[in-house]
Amino acid sequence: MDFRLGPDSEEFRAEVRAFLDEHITPEMTERVYRTGVSHDEAFTRALAERGWLAPGWPVELGGQGRDPLEMQVLADELRVRDAPTYGIGTTLMVATVLRAVGTPAQQAEILPRALSGQIVIVLGFSEPEAGSDLASAATRAVPDGDGWVINGQKMFTTNAQIGDYVFLLARTNTEVPRHRGLTMFLVPMDQEGVEVQPVFTLSGERTNITFYNDVRVSDAWRIGEVDGGWQTLTVSLAAEHGSAFGSAIERLLAAAEDWAAGTLDDGGRPMLEDLSLRETLGRTMADLEVSRLLQRRVAWMAEAGLPLTTEGPMSKLFSSEALQDRAQDLAELMGPDALRSYLDPTAPGHGEVEHTLRHSLGTTIYAGTSEIHRNMIAQRGLGLPRTR
Amino acid sequence: MELRPSADQQQLIDTFAALYAKESPPERVRAAEPLGFDRRLWDLLVGLGSITMAVPEEDGGWGASLLDLALVAEQHGRALGPAPLIETQVAARLLARTGPAAADLLAQVLAGDRLVTLAPRPCRGPVAGLVPAGAVADDVIVLHGDTLTVVPIGEDRVVPGNLGSMPLADVPLREGPVIATGPAAEVAFESALDDWLALTAAALAAMALRSVEIGVDYASEREAFGQPIGGFQAVGHRLADCRVAADGAGLLARQAAWAAGEDPERFPVLAPMAYGFAAEAARDASYWALHFHGGYGFMLEYDIQLSYRRSRAWANVVMDPRRAYRRVADRRYGPVGAG
Repeated sequence: MDFRLGPDSEEFRAEVRAFLDEHITPEMTERVYRTGVSHDEAFTRALAERGWLAPGWPVELGGQGRDPLEMQVLADELRVRDAPTYGIGTTLMVATVLRAVGTPAQQAEILPRALSGQIVIVLGFSEPEAGSDLASAATRAVPDGDGWVINGQKMFTTNAQIGDYVFLLARTNTEVPRHRGLTMFLVPMDQEGVEVQPVFTLSGERTNITFYNDVRVSDAWRIGEVDGGWQTLTVSLAAEHGSAFGSAIERLLAAAEDWAAGTLDDGGRPMLEDLSLRETLGRTMADLEVSRLLQRRVAWMAEAGLPLTTEGPMSKLFSSEALQDRAQDLAELMGPDALRSYLDPTAPGHGEVEHTLRHSLGTTIYAGTSEIHRNMIAQRGLGLPRTR
Repeated sequence: MELRPSADQQQLIDTFAALYAKESPPERVRAAEPLGFDRRLWDLLVGLGSITMAVPEEDGGWGASLLDLALVAEQHGRALGPAPLIETQVAARLLARTGPAAADLLAQVLAGDRLVTLAPRPCRGPVAGLVPAGAVADDVIVLHGDTLTVVPIGEDRVVPGNLGSMPLADVPLREGPVIATGPAAEVAFESALDDWLALTAAALAAMALRSVEIGVDYASEREAFGQPIGGFQAVGHRLADCRVAADGAGLLARQAAWAAGEDPERFPVLAPMAYGFAAEAARDASYWALHFHGGYGFMLEYDIQLSYRRSRAWANVVMDPRRAYRRVADRRYGPVGAG
């Protein structure tokens, strides 16, 4: 057994850190937070120039053929610095789907631009009445000549205001069981009938509701089989379920340490000597370590060619729940100082604890709620009967 | 990164898994109560070289890595082994670490002639309280002040009944060979404690996983309201959480034991971290698995109560999880008052 990531990964980590030192400025962090838009064109292109948008892809497709552990190193470092990568994440997720099931024409049209950071693709899965239960999507696509006409509404279409395409889940057949009547489309955002309405969230991120009124889409933009949308969606959700929040726990820990080192208790002793706080800091370190291990196990298994069952959901579930729990614990230990806002000049540790109290709420909801992940673990991991 | 055991390690796992399957099934665990010592299992463990393997080759042992020992500890924890495996391995390694002063005693331990254990807490009064294996050991190594002494255990030891049916004893201190003094004694003791924490973490992580299995088996079989209870989210989701914690505990315990040999700078941080996490994972998994048995879980006849009691006892007798997390902080920030 060997728990080292290996010299290549560590060398890569040093390279990534140097790159981020150069490209992540306090101004950019401030702008990303104030606008709520986790995408920066210049930063994305700089990453693309290094070949780091899809480092795991083969070289001939614009990647670097890096292994899953190296990709994880990159993702970890980007998240530790809270780099604006949300748009990159959704774009690459769809690119991965296109690589698997797209036509040669679709691949030729989209992949080079996606991998060079020229386009942003956003996700149109959730609806007002369909969140965790995506198979109940009601947005309709009806055949019309050599294309389709789409009508409906999507929730949480983050980055739609800067997006070039939306990867849309729509119902194409109402005569079959609901999982079998869905089809995926890649809809150009500048198409007539697409409307974007901003939604502001607790974490500061801006997202959107998107409306589709008689939007005409050529059949060339259908992704995968007609009525085979559920299979196509599964490919993309599998990628999303590999997400993890170890890096966010690392930021939280650093902020709490920063506060503890610079604060005295009522008796004039350094807070870092407070036993309750030390216990919670120790626990936070353990949660961070476990988050990393569960996450690395996924990458290692992928690299070793071992079949994954629910290791991805375990990683996502544990790290998001731990992030929330430890943020709450640490905020209580910090008392009023935890209230100072993120990026406020008076806030200890840049206000990361205050920020985590808000943004961690999303981590147990998006990319599959904790309940959905527990269902998967109970059924596929433990072999329990279908839960309800 | 490689998370699979090597071929040699797999063989080690298989050997001990077979031994525990045969010699430590739940009936034997029960039969050994309340003392918690199965003589036959112990003799077989010693005969298989469990203590000898823990000691470096230059001290007459087989020089197994702490990771190898952790893989054995997993089997021990999974089977709730009623024999003092971990404490005696740790004590033997401590004797080896303190050098010539303890060479004779170590030779007797390796020959199987003496059973030597270690008191996991520094002793402040005239009695070393709740010494693991104290009820069956010949000697206990005690840190008293800045002196590590091998205290012979006499007839005056008191064997208290206890939650985990462990062979614990309150041992009155008496004169014995001093094997280390001053800062060296403390360093040796702390290293031994880290070994103990890492190995117990492995045992508790495996105990947690086994508790989840017992809970899943029961919840898959038992029906209520017309379906197996494992199909209710109130049951399935808890077991899913326990499984995730058990997996995390297992990975962290193996990483900690691996670090003893391969990343020694991080080992003192990882050992208590793995211990705290595994203790809580085993505590919670055995609780929920017992709870989902309903009234049957409350009956002595069902095995899950064995895990419930041991998950708490094995952990608390060495160091409660909260203290373990504070030890992690001590290692990262230095002890309180040092600044």
